[in-house]
Amino acid sequence: MPEPVLSIRDLTVEFDTEDGVVHAVTGVSWDLHPGEVLGIVGESGSGKSVSMLSVLGLIPQPPGRIVSGEAIFKGEDLLRMPRRKLRAIRGGDIAMIFQDPMTSLNPVLTVGYQIAEALQAHNPDLSDKQAEQRTIELLRLVGVPSAERRVHQYPHEFSGGMRQRAMIAMAIANDPSVLIADEPTTALDVTIQAQIVEVLKAAQRETHAAIVLITHDLGLIAELADRVVVMYAGRVVELADVYAIFGAPRHPYTVGLMSSLARLDADLERLEPIPGQPPSLITPPPGCAFHPRCAHSQGRARCRAEIPELRQVGEGDHLSACHFAEELEARPLQVGAGVGGGT
Amino acid sequence: MTDRQPSADRLPEEREEVELGSQSVGRPASAPVGGAMAIPEEPLSVPSDVSLTYEHGVELRARSQWAYARMRFLRHRLAVASLVVLFLIALVAVFADQLAPYSYDELDLENIASPPTLEGWHLFGTDLLGRDYLSRVIFGVRTSLWVAVFVAALSTAIGTAIGAIAGYYGGWLDNLLMRVTDLVLTLPTLAVLLTASVYLGQGKPVRVAVILALLFWTGLARIVRGLFLSLREKEFVEAARAAGASDGRIILRHILPNCVGPIVVTMTLIVATAILVEAALSFLGFGIQPPQPALGKLIAEGETEGFALWWLVTFPGLVIVIICLAINFVGDGLRDALDPTQRRVRA
Repeated sequence: MPEPVLSIRDLTVEFDTEDGVVHAVTGVSWDLHPGEVLGIVGESGSGKSVSMLSVLGLIPQPPGRIVSGEAIFKGEDLLRMPRRKLRAIRGGDIAMIFQDPMTSLNPVLTVGYQIAEALQAHNPDLSDKQAEQRTIELLRLVGVPSAERRVHQYPHEFSGGMRQRAMIAMAIANDPSVLIADEPTTALDVTIQAQIVEVLKAAQRETHAAIVLITHDLGLIAELADRVVVMYAGRVVELADVYAIFGAPRHPYTVGLMSSLARLDADLERLEPIPGQPPSLITPPPGCAFHPRCAHSQGRARCRAEIPELRQVGEGDHLSACHFAEELEARPLQVGAGVGGGT
Repeated sequence: MTDRQPSADRLPEEREEVELGSQSVGRPASAPVGGAMAIPEEPLSVPSDVSLTYEHGVELRARSQWAYARMRFLRHRLAVASLVVLFLIALVAVFADQLAPYSYDELDLENIASPPTLEGWHLFGTDLLGRDYLSRVIFGVRTSLWVAVFVAALSTAIGTAIGAIAGYYGGWLDNLLMRVTDLVLTLPTLAVLLTASVYLGQGKPVRVAVILALLFWTGLARIVRGLFLSLREKEFVEAARAAGASDGRIILRHILPNCVGPIVVTMTLIVATAILVEAALSFLGFGIQPPQPALGKLIAEGETEGFALWWLVTFPGLVIVIICLAINFVGDGLRDALDPTQRRVRA
């Protein structure tokens, strides 16, 4: 296994609110290997975005607080880096694609200006002319038609899909080695989502960047991800390669996610939702945070008393944080067979 | 990729080449279709095929925010008329030396306290010393407008800077700056102005303007702070930060351009207020000192003579009213025009 390009260890992030301390992210660890796509899935509020934003120093502090952990990128800890140095890495070696392209572009600046700005912020020697030339190349790369005219246009003259393409162009402008895509397709309609998936693939081919794909769209995970991190209530509950996650999930929450998914290849009468609500992050349930909703726990005392460690289960690098992971048998599912998001 | 996308991409390209070819042969396809270029857009802006308008109908009518704002402003007739009036008044003020029939302190002893008359072209009459009142009003407009514009520029600069820093950084800095703003806001304007003008010496328009500006920035600072408070939470600011932009760059290049509308509108209103306050100050005898005429000063002079010499009060008063009305109408028009949420051009 090659050296990971980004390695997160025991990251814990809390937010101080009037109602108490929100434990947004607790003890999260994972490695991102060069060139791979690591999917992070989980419900809203499970800490997917916060863990990535805190790595980039983008959570407001206060109220946010990085309690512990490290994020090793190229041998240096991003969490203890001087602000100026971290700023040089943001948008340069680590770039980010945001969820909503409608609001992530500044409405009063041309799209070309905003991409050129990202270029020039990290290459001060670049002339305006060169920056524009490169911007046009980037827009072409992400499939924006008539790029040489489009650079001079404003975001409101772009459709949603085109804007997200422009955001991707901006993110890959400086040839990043890590690309963080925070729900890149959530705000788009389904036909456009499929196109953006293609653009993301093209962007990865071009830059060979490792991608962290944050989403709650399991179809997108099936389409793009190599390995998957499943988060629940601020913790990693399962980490495995995408085939294992879809084919043989070893955590009741992942199993629940799979059964709540509409599939084209299974003839189901009804979808099975996970009962109950996501837990409060201020006073999480004792023991395993998932136990009140867990179909597998069956009221066993250990689930309520002891926080399960993320540990190796089964073969390979399959990690699960369930006391009774071994009881979950491999489910006879095929991976990638028409699970949403197809082109 | 669906096959719908490439075909939708290709068709307008072909259409455009046809159009461009008919207008200027050999024009490269990469020619920018900017907002200001109205000529090549017109024939393209009426697509016969409705299905093409989704991606490209928008593109062909490409206009910048400013083009939309200009169009909306031009539809606002009262604002346009007011702008023309203001422009003419400003021209008169700038070319006062050339346009005024007399100098502001030139005496015409044959026509003392004359009502408006064609004799000697004393259209606004003359005062008790036989000075041509039209000329004095013209020079008065020059002084008053100059003070007002200076006040607006300086107080806008101060207010914007303080509001931007307070709103962007928040926390104790915001608290400190806003308490200072509150403090300035609670000062009784007239009392401070009168005191200040006594201590700082009277008469010099620059001094009056600086004192006014130091009192007038508070409203704008609050407005800009509010805008920054909401804009700094926008995703495009987060995106800029994620792209590695520095604080200064985010404030100046990303947030401030989004605040131009309210700032410009407030600035025009400051101009109007400054004219009125300067007039009041001069009227009370603490503003611009004679012999240099200012509009308020002229009214004050006329007021002592009572209504017998009605023209001495009426004309400078009328000019103040016209200027302030016009500025307010322009401000109205700008507010509508610069509202970024209003994409529609009113009929």
